[in-house]
Amino acid sequence: MEKSGYWRRGATLAVTAIMALAACNPTPGGTTPSASTSAAPAAQRGAGGVLNILYWQAPTILNPHQATGTKDNDASRLVLEPLASWDKNGQPLANGLASEIPSVANGGVAKDFTSVTWKLRTGVKWSDGTPFSADDVVASYTYQCDEKSATSTFDVCDGVKSVTAKDPNTVVVTYAASQPFYFQWGVGFNSPILQKAQYANCLGAKAKDCPADLKPIGTGPYKVNTFKPGDTVQYDLNENFRDPNKPFFKSVNFKGGGDAASAARAVFQTGDVDYGWNLQVEASVLKPMAANSTLARLLTAYGSSVERLLLNFANPDPALGDKRGEPDTKHPFFSDIHVRRALAMATDRGSVATQLYGDGLAGKATCNLLTAPEPMNSKNTDSLDVCKFDLAAANKELDDAGWAKGSDGIRAKGGVKLKILYQTTVNSVRQSTQAIMKANWEKVGFSVELKSVPAATFFTNTSPDGANHFWADVEMFTNSGDPDPTSYLSSTASCKQAAGKANNWNFGNYMRYCNADYDKIIDQLRTETDSAKRNQLAIQANDILTKDVAVIPLITRVAPTPDGVSKALKGVDPSPWDSAMYNIADWSK
Amino acid sequence: MGRYVVRRLLIAIPTLLVISFVIYAILALAPIDPLSQFGADPRVPAEVRERIRDSLGLNQPWPLRYVKWVTAMFRGDFGVSFMSHSSVGDLIAQRLPNTLAVVGVAYILGVLMGIPVGMISAIKRYSFFDHAATTLAFMGFSVPTFFTGLLLIIIFGIKLRWFPFIYSSTLQVHDLASLGQQIKQSIMPITVLALFDVATIARYVRAEMLEHLPLDYVRTARGKGLMERFVVLRHVLRNSLIPVVTLVALGVPAVFGGAIVTEQVFRVPGIGELLVTSIGNGDIPVVATVVFIFAVLVVLFNLLADILYAVLDPRIRYS
Amino acid sequence: MATTEARLTATTVKANMLRPPRSLWSDAWYQFRRHQLAMAGLIVLSFLIIATLVGPYVWPTKMDAIDFAQSLQGPSADHPFGTDDLGRDIFARSLWGGRVSIAVGLTAVIIAITLGMTIGSLAGYFGRLDNPLMRLTDLFLSLPILPLLLIIIYLFRDTLRAMFGPEVGIFIMIVTVIGVLQWMPVARLVRAQFLSLKQKEFVEAARAVGDPDSRIIIKHIIPNVLSPVLVAATIGVGGAILTESTLSFLGLGFPPDVPTWGRLLYDATNFIEIAPHWVLFPGFLIFITVLSINYVGDGLRDALDPRKTG
Repeated sequence: MEKSGYWRRGATLAVTAIMALAACNPTPGGTTPSASTSAAPAAQRGAGGVLNILYWQAPTILNPHQATGTKDNDASRLVLEPLASWDKNGQPLANGLASEIPSVANGGVAKDFTSVTWKLRTGVKWSDGTPFSADDVVASYTYQCDEKSATSTFDVCDGVKSVTAKDPNTVVVTYAASQPFYFQWGVGFNSPILQKAQYANCLGAKAKDCPADLKPIGTGPYKVNTFKPGDTVQYDLNENFRDPNKPFFKSVNFKGGGDAASAARAVFQTGDVDYGWNLQVEASVLKPMAANSTLARLLTAYGSSVERLLLNFANPDPALGDKRGEPDTKHPFFSDIHVRRALAMATDRGSVATQLYGDGLAGKATCNLLTAPEPMNSKNTDSLDVCKFDLAAANKELDDAGWAKGSDGIRAKGGVKLKILYQTTVNSVRQSTQAIMKANWEKVGFSVELKSVPAATFFTNTSPDGANHFWADVEMFTNSGDPDPTSYLSSTASCKQAAGKANNWNFGNYMRYCNADYDKIIDQLRTETDSAKRNQLAIQANDILTKDVAVIPLITRVAPTPDGVSKALKGVDPSPWDSAMYNIADWSK
Repeated sequence: MGRYVVRRLLIAIPTLLVISFVIYAILALAPIDPLSQFGADPRVPAEVRERIRDSLGLNQPWPLRYVKWVTAMFRGDFGVSFMSHSSVGDLIAQRLPNTLAVVGVAYILGVLMGIPVGMISAIKRYSFFDHAATTLAFMGFSVPTFFTGLLLIIIFGIKLRWFPFIYSSTLQVHDLASLGQQIKQSIMPITVLALFDVATIARYVRAEMLEHLPLDYVRTARGKGLMERFVVLRHVLRNSLIPVVTLVALGVPAVFGGAIVTEQVFRVPGIGELLVTSIGNGDIPVVATVVFIFAVLVVLFNLLADILYAVLDPRIRYS
Repeated sequence: MATTEARLTATTVKANMLRPPRSLWSDAWYQFRRHQLAMAGLIVLSFLIIATLVGPYVWPTKMDAIDFAQSLQGPSADHPFGTDDLGRDIFARSLWGGRVSIAVGLTAVIIAITLGMTIGSLAGYFGRLDNPLMRLTDLFLSLPILPLLLIIIYLFRDTLRAMFGPEVGIFIMIVTVIGVLQWMPVARLVRAQFLSLKQKEFVEAARAVGDPDSRIIIKHIIPNVLSPVLVAATIGVGGAILTESTLSFLGLGFPPDVPTWGRLLYDATNFIEIAPHWVLFPGFLIFITVLSINYVGDGLRDALDPRKTG
């Protein structure tokens, strides 16, 4: 239940994120209003009947700034739009409220990267018929970035000095300092624009129980008819939508609840729904189901979601009391590189990919922690010995390092036994992965105990069972990064980000890995502006983690999720970097 | 008798207060976190979480929150859900009809079918009917409901396409066609639940009837020359139903509590489903309120069971 | 069960006074044998218990041996129940899982019955205890079982795991929680029976003779209460086995590498179309076990009925 494609920026990287987008791909103007890209000019507004969407997690709120999960972001995206969206290559796309994508070339971005000037579309109306203007954008920013509103999207406000209306159709976003990631605020699912009038009474402390959150007025292609939190949203088409030919469907039914397996059945076997979200079912079930289906197909797009094994560098022994798992302790056997290498060599990611992820259906094997954008996907790791499944080599590694097998088959050295507690979330694919790992690891002399924790607990920083405390030896989950990898790489493995009591386990380096070489690369990444060099640095950082076996990357996963979509449905073009509903205005049948 | 009822009602108030306190304390002390959904993303800033926590009032000491909650409840205010920012009362009101339409109907069916089935089984003991009913009843509680539900979905939902397996709560019943749709979408969840209810009740009725059939008063009644049908209905059934009434009454709150698994399997947005997802989300106001309403119902129906008991069995003296 | 032992002595005493010795158990056994389905149930159940106890040592295939070449195979000589998606032998897993499932069912019910009988008889017999004990029962009944299980499992999982190891720890927890949360119906049932029985002539007579309360409860009333409790108990065993599988459905059961029948069934449900054997065998085992237990309970009820002596 982790949120693939639900990326946010790191805890302590207030000033760190340097966005390479501008540098690595100077988008030429980006002046492509979505209306003109319409694939089916014949498509008529409201010509379609009902569009049925099924999420097995139900939306509970329709204000994306108060969202508690992908489900809320996606359900509100039918109504509320950002200035621009992220397309599938991690580039901004002008299908929102902005008429074009600002760039240095078209004068929209200041040369020192301190401000962005957005030109808004003209003649846009809210679904209640009132005109949209730059004031709404400013008010929306004020709401989102007021600390008292306690919004969950607040992190994109970090470093934003102001958002002001230059004229009714121009908005200027100013950053406190030079900000190469100048699309931080305004683009994608963290920045949809709310209506000023509707939220006038919901600012600050009053944001907590605001009726508008259940029925927001938006500029998007649909408007909310009825919303039953935790169950269903019904939308009607928005007659005031700016494109006279869109949207295609008269109404949309967004149903939540149940489980992934029966959602898959509803998409592939009965066709009861047109779009089924996050069909995380065993590949051996999903593959034939999708292949035999005349009704629907699977959507596969790869982003930066990587299922990985983290090794603990701190000591999780409960006997340590207050010091348990603190960054200044040392793991009894993972502090030995040979043990880590042996574990990596006994890791059969190939079988996991083929048997459990359907070999490309839901994911592919990878030995990189950073897999996207593509220029940053390292090609060096595949040839490494720690990336090859070789039990003999693993055994040899341990033999050579002096870890001898005892009578119980468990290796030990100096009284320390190789006993591993291996934790992850409750999820059948993960439990099967655990079983495969356990079988192989035990063959080379580890003793493995498995543990699975409900996702909600696992991803709670206060939970002793959680990923953050990491009171275990190995843990497994999926995480992903922004189009720019700096914050992702920094929070995952840099010394200063080690999670512990002092930071209430809020920092992202759960394994408490610390390597000066790695940190040096991250520091360079924070200041480098040349795109080719940035790619090089990111690859170097990734390679260190793999070679030093701080993490054992397993699978690069389909992102945002393995969704199922009716074959009759046209225009669905998933982006791993944005909401699944980012271009729903273009969907038709 | 009247005094007994009044006294029981008076005792119920402190009982409920104790229960409400226990519920709230467990929830407050349990390691469930309303922000756990954010936790699914390991990189949500700590300050953001802290701010949200503050805005939900979670940083106040929990006894204080408890007092606020209880006093507000006396005014009919059940609080605001952390997740959806809407009133807990509204959420419950939205879901109760779905639960009643499915779980309630199934329970009524279960009682209506369970009693005669159990009765016939007892009278015609070891007959074909008894064996068939017993075996069916045992099947009813020998298979987990998630599995029965899945079987029904595959057979009737996917292979035969007779019934939809995604329950739509937005369906408005205003004419025959929509009533038909409502019935169609309720059949599978109701069947799963009713199968279990019938089984349980039939077994109890059968056991109780068998207790009474060989007793002296039955022999006397027969000896008086009364018709067998009269003996069974008037004497045996009445006496056998006494413990069954307890069972039935005790089961009613569970109806309101919803059938968690069945609601999950068929996506019926009922109270049970609300409870489970709210626990998962750490939505304390919703969990506390649903559980408390549940407790109120239990206490009420227990009282009702006791009163019915006294009415049906005059030998019981209340002291 | 302590109560049946008590009953045994009590009835033996009574029988000694009336006629030549003829023990309750030989009577009951005689009655029980005449109940064909109960006998069949007993035989099946004994077979299952022996199979799950001995089987894992006899069957050569290990329950956690992964073999992808063999994944999702139908029943064969090597794998009588077929294999799962990782190519593990479902027969071996079922044998192992049966131990846990049967043990969970029996232990949980023994806990529930013992608690329920004790509290129910005390409440039903002693008027002054009735109110507080029934309030306690109400309190427990008012607590929703599943959420409570959930929270308790969160709270105590680690402590118990540390104390007893991962499998035993969660076993103790699940069994205790199911047991402790299911004694209430038994208690109410027993109390209700006590309320009506203690007014009966034979109890008055015993009291008039000067029998102490303990003797009246154990010797005179409990034997009469036993048969509905037995019915409840048999249903309870099945219920506990199913509750365990429901916990798996909600992701809170045994660790994933401990294959209980419920867990096997749950894991198999997604594969129902492509590998029906995987669902079939654990499902059938749960079904046949619960069915047998219920028939045995049925037979016991008839056999232990004091009014029906043949």
